[in-house]
Amino acid sequence: MPQETGHNTAKDMDMNEEIAAEEIVTEPVNDSAVYKELSLQGLWKNNPGIVQLLGLCPLLAVTNTLTNALGLGLATLFVVISSNILISLIRHHVPKAIRIPVFVMIIASLVSCIQLLMNAYTYQLYLSLGIFIPLIVTNCMIIGRAEAFASKNNVKHSAFDGLMMGLGFTAVLVLLGASREILAQGTLFDGIETLLGDWASFMTVTLYNTDTSFLLAALPPGAFIIMGLIIALKNIIDNKITNK
Amino acid sequence: MAFFSSTSPHQQTKRRTPEIMKMVVFALLPGIIVHSYLFGLAIYVQIALAVITALLAEAAFLALRKRSILKSIKDYTAVVTAVLLAISIPSLAPWWVIVIGTLFSIIIVKHLYGGLGQNIFNPAMAGYVLLLISFPVQMTAWLPVQSMQAFSVSFSDILSLIFTGFSIDGYSVTQVKTSIDGFTLATPLETIRNAIHSGETISETLKTTLFSSDSLQGSQWVNLAFLAGGLLLLKKQIILWYIPISFLAGVIVFSFIPFASDPDLYSSPLYHLFSGATMLGAFFILTDPVTASTTVKGRIFYGLLCALLVVVIRNVGGYPDAVAFAVLLANMCVPLIDYYSKPKVYGRRRK
Repeated sequence: MPQETGHNTAKDMDMNEEIAAEEIVTEPVNDSAVYKELSLQGLWKNNPGIVQLLGLCPLLAVTNTLTNALGLGLATLFVVISSNILISLIRHHVPKAIRIPVFVMIIASLVSCIQLLMNAYTYQLYLSLGIFIPLIVTNCMIIGRAEAFASKNNVKHSAFDGLMMGLGFTAVLVLLGASREILAQGTLFDGIETLLGDWASFMTVTLYNTDTSFLLAALPPGAFIIMGLIIALKNIIDNKITNK
Repeated sequence: MAFFSSTSPHQQTKRRTPEIMKMVVFALLPGIIVHSYLFGLAIYVQIALAVITALLAEAAFLALRKRSILKSIKDYTAVVTAVLLAISIPSLAPWWVIVIGTLFSIIIVKHLYGGLGQNIFNPAMAGYVLLLISFPVQMTAWLPVQSMQAFSVSFSDILSLIFTGFSIDGYSVTQVKTSIDGFTLATPLETIRNAIHSGETISETLKTTLFSSDSLQGSQWVNLAFLAGGLLLLKKQIILWYIPISFLAGVIVFSFIPFASDPDLYSSPLYHLFSGATMLGAFFILTDPVTASTTVKGRIFYGLLCALLVVVIRNVGGYPDAVAFAVLLANMCVPLIDYYSKPKVYGRRRK
């Protein structure tokens, strides 16, 4: 038993040193360069949706309309920014051995907040997203950012990283939701008033009228196929850029 | 006495993909002709639409992938896919149904997986399942045999129905398929399913108007014609007997078990054998050389697996016919089946 503890402390010390080293490297660098890199990583190079393929469960399950996608995207964005800030604030005070449970507790309480808020203010959307709001807790993207970035970097950078990762995730959700909604029903922003309130109902656009909806796009297989096509599109663009 | 000696390969016929595929189309002809005789000429319009769409899509994607277009177009594989899909869907379905199905088959199922020889799933059946899931109304609007149809449908009516949804006199497909007696017609398989769900027994159902007339026989004749075409393929050794025989035997055995336990609730093996897409599936769809198993034992197992799935889905599943679903599910198992049924290398010691 004592041996094991000794081993653990040694390992923890190592990790602390690593973190410290990383901070020393990032701090003095020009701040705007850091922000630029963080945006590039979050929105494109390391996009949680189409590159890291994290959080696929909500990504595929609730993107049958643009409104649902946007709703879940914003909820996730809120959670990832706040969790990054909180975890970055307490990063020096959390014992390494129990950091994951601590992170999960923080994320879970944030998700409970957003769930109660959505229940109170966007009840229809809350109903249509259903189980996928509480499931934000298990979104690997959030715990991933907490572990990989927020627990090693200062608050400002962590908050910005959360913003960019969340935006990247939301962008994929919105793209997927929009294409599925267009294919399935020929509309955009159908039911947007459940997210933004009645004033927004003018945003609903009907692109074409159809008696027979293309059901596949609204069903899970359609989500997988369109997701694959989006990833392929990103790879094509990347190849074009590197070939230039 | 002098023996002719030569080095391997010893098989002398030079059979290339185009010839095989042409034979397959040729063997489909009896079924198509019987179908058009019984159910009207609309099937030819669907086939034409499907073939044109398939060839255009194939050419476009070969160009995008920078492959030689003519060589691949001439191998007729896209044509076979298109024809199989066209004869699987109701012949009076609107034009965009077959176009969407064919595009999906050729582009997503075939070319995105790497083109001819690389696709995991049977393109025609994947296209069919896409259509069945996406457009259930259009995909279940089957016509009764011509003698039972309410109106005689001329060829110009057919064109008008397919392209605008209404015949020249303004009748919709639903009206055309409703006969004088005023009952709508699903496929016999579907009618039996619905009747059993509403508490009737099979023998009662078989006495209703639909079955007393020759509509059931209609689909049986089509099945017989596909059987004839399939036997031709067997004779010409385009396909080997393992898959069709094990599949058909499997259908008989597996459907006999529930039938024997309760003939009031489950259809007879003979009925399973000659309704729906059983024969078309056995000889033309399951035997797709790309997506089927390739070893002897594997082929037999593959046929049996498909048969089991067909019987289970038909008896307790949510859709009337099951061949397409069974084929796709069995396609997924093919790599595993092939792995475990690899023949022993000659000369290797037995364990």
